[in-house]
Amino acid sequence: MLYSEKVLDHFSNPRNVGEIENADGVGEIGNAKCGDIMKMYLKIDNGIITDAKFKTFGCGAAVATSSMATELIKGKPIEDALKLTNDAVVEALDGLPAVKIHCSVLAEQAVRSALSDYYTRQGIDPLPIVGEIKEPEE
Amino acid sequence: MEKRFIYADNAATTCVSQKVLDAMLPYFTTAYGNPSSIYKLGRDAQRDVEAARVKVAKAIGADPNEIFFTSCGSESDNWAIKGTAERLAKRGKKHIVTSVFEHHAVLHTTQYLEKQGFEVTYIPVDEKGLINPEDVRNAIREDTALVTIMYANNEIGTIQPIDEIAKICKEKKVIFHTDAVQAVGHVEINVHEQGIDMLSLSGHKIHAQKGIGALYVRKGIALPNLIHGGGQERNKRAGTENVPAIVGLGVAAEEAVKNISEKAAIITPRRNRLIDGILKLPYTRLNGDRDKRLPGNLNISIEGIEGESLLLMLDMNGICASSGSACTSGSLDPSHVLLSIGLKHEVAHGSLRLSIDENVSDEDVDYILEVIPKVVERLRSMSPVWEKMMKGEKYE
Repeated sequence: MLYSEKVLDHFSNPRNVGEIENADGVGEIGNAKCGDIMKMYLKIDNGIITDAKFKTFGCGAAVATSSMATELIKGKPIEDALKLTNDAVVEALDGLPAVKIHCSVLAEQAVRSALSDYYTRQGIDPLPIVGEIKEPEE
Repeated sequence: MEKRFIYADNAATTCVSQKVLDAMLPYFTTAYGNPSSIYKLGRDAQRDVEAARVKVAKAIGADPNEIFFTSCGSESDNWAIKGTAERLAKRGKKHIVTSVFEHHAVLHTTQYLEKQGFEVTYIPVDEKGLINPEDVRNAIREDTALVTIMYANNEIGTIQPIDEIAKICKEKKVIFHTDAVQAVGHVEINVHEQGIDMLSLSGHKIHAQKGIGALYVRKGIALPNLIHGGGQERNKRAGTENVPAIVGLGVAAEEAVKNISEKAAIITPRRNRLIDGILKLPYTRLNGDRDKRLPGNLNISIEGIEGESLLLMLDMNGICASSGSACTSGSLDPSHVLLSIGLKHEVAHGSLRLSIDENVSDEDVDYILEVIPKVVERLRSMSPVWEKMMKGEKYE
């Protein structure tokens, strides 16, 4: 498996690992059967993502994409996080092997899942804003 | 703790030994003759190829004219299975018996034959990774052309009851082939005494180079020609011989079967120390029978973590290992071997295979046992699966 230096860096020194107590939004995506689970925690203040943390069960790419996704949304307004695409995560990591692209999709969907939870907690229907959360195929 | 480099993936490949390399080198630059040439340079090459054939034959208790050099274990498997199928289909025998946890060189070959109209019975294995010979007996039919069962499993190292299976095949008059790529050099093999009809072996698992293998075919079995062309390998596999590789395989085979029990006496206690050390971690299990396994092999599932992450972290600590996780198999499914012994997907994803040889020292074992708990703890601390396990929640 040819991983970029950046992927290996984010794997060996993942940013924002852990949980946020009293998080404003928590999302989980994936399943252990297919080998990847990402759990994303967000702290949101006045529409700004002030903190993002994650826990991931998965391969090197799964850890690295989770780490990069949290980096890309931390300190940003929710609107920016909603626009986060898996392509942006891949690009920020200087690419991923083709068989690992699904990990970047998981990272994108983990962020959306956490945002969806945030809106639900606010009493707002997340569907029109966040859209459907795509679970990986088994 | 000083970082070490430890190669614990000898089931994947091995280094070319100095002795093998030294034996090979002249054939690149000075003894480079084509074995088919009439002059001395060619005759010498032919003589040395035949000497290597004698060595390989001796290593497994065969006659030299029963040994055919191939390019690898997969080629040997393909040739044995497809060749036998092609030959016996003409006599109406279109059924093959194999097991569910063969190497893909066998499984994908039998799957290919299924598409060609053959029927294949896949014998299950028990939770310890062993085949019941009686299942083989019951699977054999009037139209069975071939039974092919691996000698030792490449992932979990379990050694199959080859003698019993060979005996049953002999009784039932069915050809018995075994993929012994992982077994040669680790267990004593004598094809004639054991009643094995065909056997595949590979060079790079026993300190020869990559790209050389051999197929033993018992005298009297007319395997169809694999490559048409010149008269090499008694017309069966044309193409100018890879003389350096063949000479290397001869030396490697000779060396590999020397002192098998002495080597095992060194490796097995170290392997057992690794097993016991890793099993001290909670939520771990040994895959495959503890005793009926290759001396250097251990395969352990570590719940709550994923195999590829584990391998990357071990690599960062200088340890080369292997896993049966989906991410290392290149598909979404984890190893078919681990699933075949009844592991759940999520447990199979967190498997670790170490395959050590006598070069992995007691100090190396200490080092591995220091690194693994730290790495596992780190990965578990960031695993939502582990978190749920610790809270007693389901995580499927």
